[in-house]
Amino acid sequence: MSGAVHEADVAVVGGGLVGAAIAWGLARSGTRVLVLDEGDVAFRASRGNFALVWVQSKGLGMPEYAAWTKLSSDLWGQFARRLADETGLDVAFRRPGGFHLCLSEREVENRAAMLSRLHNQSAMVKYGYEILDAAQVRGMLPQIGPEVAGASYCPLDGHVNSLRLLRALHAGMQQFGAGYLADHVVEKIAPRDGGFRLTTRHGEVRAAKVVLAAGNGNARLGPMVGLDIPVRPQRGQIIVTEKVAPFLDYPIVTIRQTDEGSVMIGDSVEEAGWDTSVGTGVVSAEAERAVRMFPHLARLNVVRTWAALRVMTPDGFPIYQQSVSSPGAFVATCHSGVTLAAVHALVVAPAIARGELPAEQYIAFSPRRFHVPATA
Amino acid sequence: MFRRLPDADGSSVEVTIDGRSTRVRAGDTVAAALLSAGVLASRISDVSGAPRAPYCMMGVCFECLVTVDGVGNRQGCLMPVKPGMRIDTQHGKREVGR
Repeated sequence: MSGAVHEADVAVVGGGLVGAAIAWGLARSGTRVLVLDEGDVAFRASRGNFALVWVQSKGLGMPEYAAWTKLSSDLWGQFARRLADETGLDVAFRRPGGFHLCLSEREVENRAAMLSRLHNQSAMVKYGYEILDAAQVRGMLPQIGPEVAGASYCPLDGHVNSLRLLRALHAGMQQFGAGYLADHVVEKIAPRDGGFRLTTRHGEVRAAKVVLAAGNGNARLGPMVGLDIPVRPQRGQIIVTEKVAPFLDYPIVTIRQTDEGSVMIGDSVEEAGWDTSVGTGVVSAEAERAVRMFPHLARLNVVRTWAALRVMTPDGFPIYQQSVSSPGAFVATCHSGVTLAAVHALVVAPAIARGELPAEQYIAFSPRRFHVPATA
Repeated sequence: MFRRLPDADGSSVEVTIDGRSTRVRAGDTVAAALLSAGVLASRISDVSGAPRAPYCMMGVCFECLVTVDGVGNRQGCLMPVKPGMRIDTQHGKREVGR
């Protein structure tokens, strides 16, 4: 280990979308921030995700998560404008509303029942959505195939260019003075002198506060500062086609056309540990459903497939918490780093700067929810 | 711009290039046929708007993308010409339905 020592007000562990959004928010409020990131070999969901800013269907079992997601969706427009104004990078945020397409009457019924359960929860945030029949869907999406039986549509759904978002956050946070240390895997975090010392192969970082935003790495880091962060990798596989002229004005939960013209097909879910390999079984199933939804896709050339690892908690909802035993240590982790980027930058970062995640907003997201004794 | 080697001799087939009936040499690839027919800009780049021409002639560079028989983004250098083939230079992105 070399003897380099860096100091900061806040050390953010993780330079993906969650860490970069929080670091951006902290840096623009004048906090001295240092981001410690892994190298290019990191498992980086921020480079492999599907790039939806998605609201519909989220929060069944935790209405606070639905409200949190809606808040982020509502803040996304101003967030994207600020990034564009400050960095010159247009992250291509669009919110035309999004569809979940169903390929049978049974799927439509199940979808309607699920959304009805979601919106009937007490304390559920209010927003509109519609269950559409095939003719109504065709009115908005003329290219659908004959097998589409219906859809759910929510006007709050949108999408973004998530690679450009990551770049804009990094450019923006550095504009505001944040430091960025690549290839600085954090080996150890020790509470020390009312702050924290973070040990890396390349030296030490001393900071008054530390934010764990290391995705699946948080499971290892949390206990060092008294936080239990039960996250695990969950694989998703994505297909990308050649770029084509714009034809799809709306994001579909499993299909979207990027601002540059590629069609992305995705949304698979597998428990595969740390294995990021792509298998023809899953991508064939994804492609088959996509072609039934939009038959024209069958003629497009696929240029790439990849797998990435979501950062998944036992109930699928995010974790935000300040350590009780080591105050000043925070964790922020979720599997929706794109959707929630706006709240991470504009709401979570200022709260961390103030030193408190107020209970009325964050209590539901505490990992203590995983320790309620199981009942029969 | 391009001239045949003197020993290159052979039969020809008729294709259409942007709707014009054209005789090209049998056995040529679509990209070679375009170049020998004097069609140097086989596509207009969607990214820059610049005219582009076949370059590597071996399937690597993707500069020779053209629409063949109604299907866009075909690599012209990898397809032999066939009698009656419709070859269209491609302006901008391929469209999803063709």
